[in-house]
Amino acid sequence: MDSALNTGDTAWMLTAAAMVLLMIPGLAFFYGGMVRSKSVLNMLMMVMGALFIVGVLWVIFGYSMTFGTSMGGLIGDPTEFLGLESLMADDPESTLPIMAFVAFQGMFACLTVGLIAGAIPDRTKFNGWLVFGGIWAILVYFPVAHWVWASGGWIFEMGVIDFAGGTAVHINAGAAALALAIVIGKRAGWPKTPMRPHNLTLVMIGAGLLWFGWFGFNAGSALAANNTSAVVFLNTFAATCAAAIGWLVVEKLRDGHMTTLGAASGIVAGLVAITPACSAVSPIGALIVGVLAGVVCALAVSLKYRFGYDDSLDVVGVHLVGGLLGTLLIGFLATDLAPAGVNGLLYGGGAEQLGKQAVGAFSVMAYSFVVALIIGLILKAAGIMRISRDDELSGIDLVEHAESAYELGDSGGGGHFVGVGAGSVRRDREEI
Amino acid sequence: MKLVTAIIKPFKLEDVKNALEAIGVRGMTVSESSGFGRQGGHTEVYRGAEYTVDLVPKVRVEVLIDSQRLDEVLDVITKGANTGKIGDGKVWVTPVEEVIRVRTGERGIDAL
Repeated sequence: MDSALNTGDTAWMLTAAAMVLLMIPGLAFFYGGMVRSKSVLNMLMMVMGALFIVGVLWVIFGYSMTFGTSMGGLIGDPTEFLGLESLMADDPESTLPIMAFVAFQGMFACLTVGLIAGAIPDRTKFNGWLVFGGIWAILVYFPVAHWVWASGGWIFEMGVIDFAGGTAVHINAGAAALALAIVIGKRAGWPKTPMRPHNLTLVMIGAGLLWFGWFGFNAGSALAANNTSAVVFLNTFAATCAAAIGWLVVEKLRDGHMTTLGAASGIVAGLVAITPACSAVSPIGALIVGVLAGVVCALAVSLKYRFGYDDSLDVVGVHLVGGLLGTLLIGFLATDLAPAGVNGLLYGGGAEQLGKQAVGAFSVMAYSFVVALIIGLILKAAGIMRISRDDELSGIDLVEHAESAYELGDSGGGGHFVGVGAGSVRRDREEI
Repeated sequence: MKLVTAIIKPFKLEDVKNALEAIGVRGMTVSESSGFGRQGGHTEVYRGAEYTVDLVPKVRVEVLIDSQRLDEVLDVITKGANTGKIGDGKVWVTPVEEVIRVRTGERGIDAL
């Protein structure tokens, strides 16, 4: 039997999916280095926890909700590919095994939920976060990804260009992050108490892993090893370099120093902004998207002090603002020489594409914000959203995970071995 | 016997240690510490948010000595730690009642 399978495409897509998975621990390190040493483990666990929960949901019905037959352009049929059993058979007509696509898209869902965690470190109950992440994936990510990427999805059919996730991933996560930061409230002592990043080397390791993985995220979104994937790869590289420069220049002019955290943040801002646009702009266009993302996001991260919401690690300033910027800039900078084949305002294409981009971007932002706000308020009312002030001040790692990140001395903390499973015995005793 | 405690700039530790060894002081305890005096702290900027950091990193050197050598020891520590700039640190002296070498049980001057 002849098979249409393209081994090059298949090999690339499996590799790209693994690269997107690597972004998740990368994100955990990027965020983890920015929090204080008493909450780094919780930060890592929030991001990794999102991966575990959303990964399971994706297999059971998440893929089907996203890419099943569209029901009115709003949601895929959740029962069509329930449990993915029907997708295991080899399809001789397909150039790419469907499971490679399922795996690749699943990583996106996990990463998107993980992004939100950066707004609410140090103070969120771990079980409350997992419940939120699961519900938000079901009510927001799966439907929105359907709108944007699935055949029949209303934003997709409208002709909005979002190559790899400016709306579905970054605006989506950024809007939810803003809602949760408002619902959960400020960290104790913010903004008066200094909350310096505890490990900037970890932040840069995370940024490096994110950048590497992002080539899988963007170039993999071509769903083939072809010319589009190569153009997208180069544009992703170009925009990111320009964004880091843009962020550092703002810092130099405003604060007098170019910082490591600024460089790492500029990298991520550039990656975010080029994500929707990487198939639609020229390499020079990518440089412009990048430098604007670096400059605008470097300024946007200060908004939280003006408006008084504690988006602790700037998910709003980087992902929401960067995502909006990249999605809207397509309307100006798109050129029909690029794989997407559309001209933006500056290339004589008129304002039509810009209008579509704006509708897509703001619809996703409004929907994600409102639903995240409602889920957050319900979980807050149920009392599973925020740890106590005392627990927060003493450090969430110890309270939520019974661990501490760094044991640098040789004295072992002056303790002794209590016994295996002794925790449950001790809890019983405390209850008496 | 006296306990001499010196808070010095971290990069002057080598000079102070060498000077004490040169006059025959056989041991010391060194710990990383932080604090502030007239020098004050510095500012750090993270994503545009400026913080003042009041506590400056210092090194704390502690030496147990025979009282008769006090002036000589204070002299080499002060010279070794001096840069002439603000933040050079402080040295103070505390009387010590008893010293015991754990391994042998020797006491007093013999334990130094």
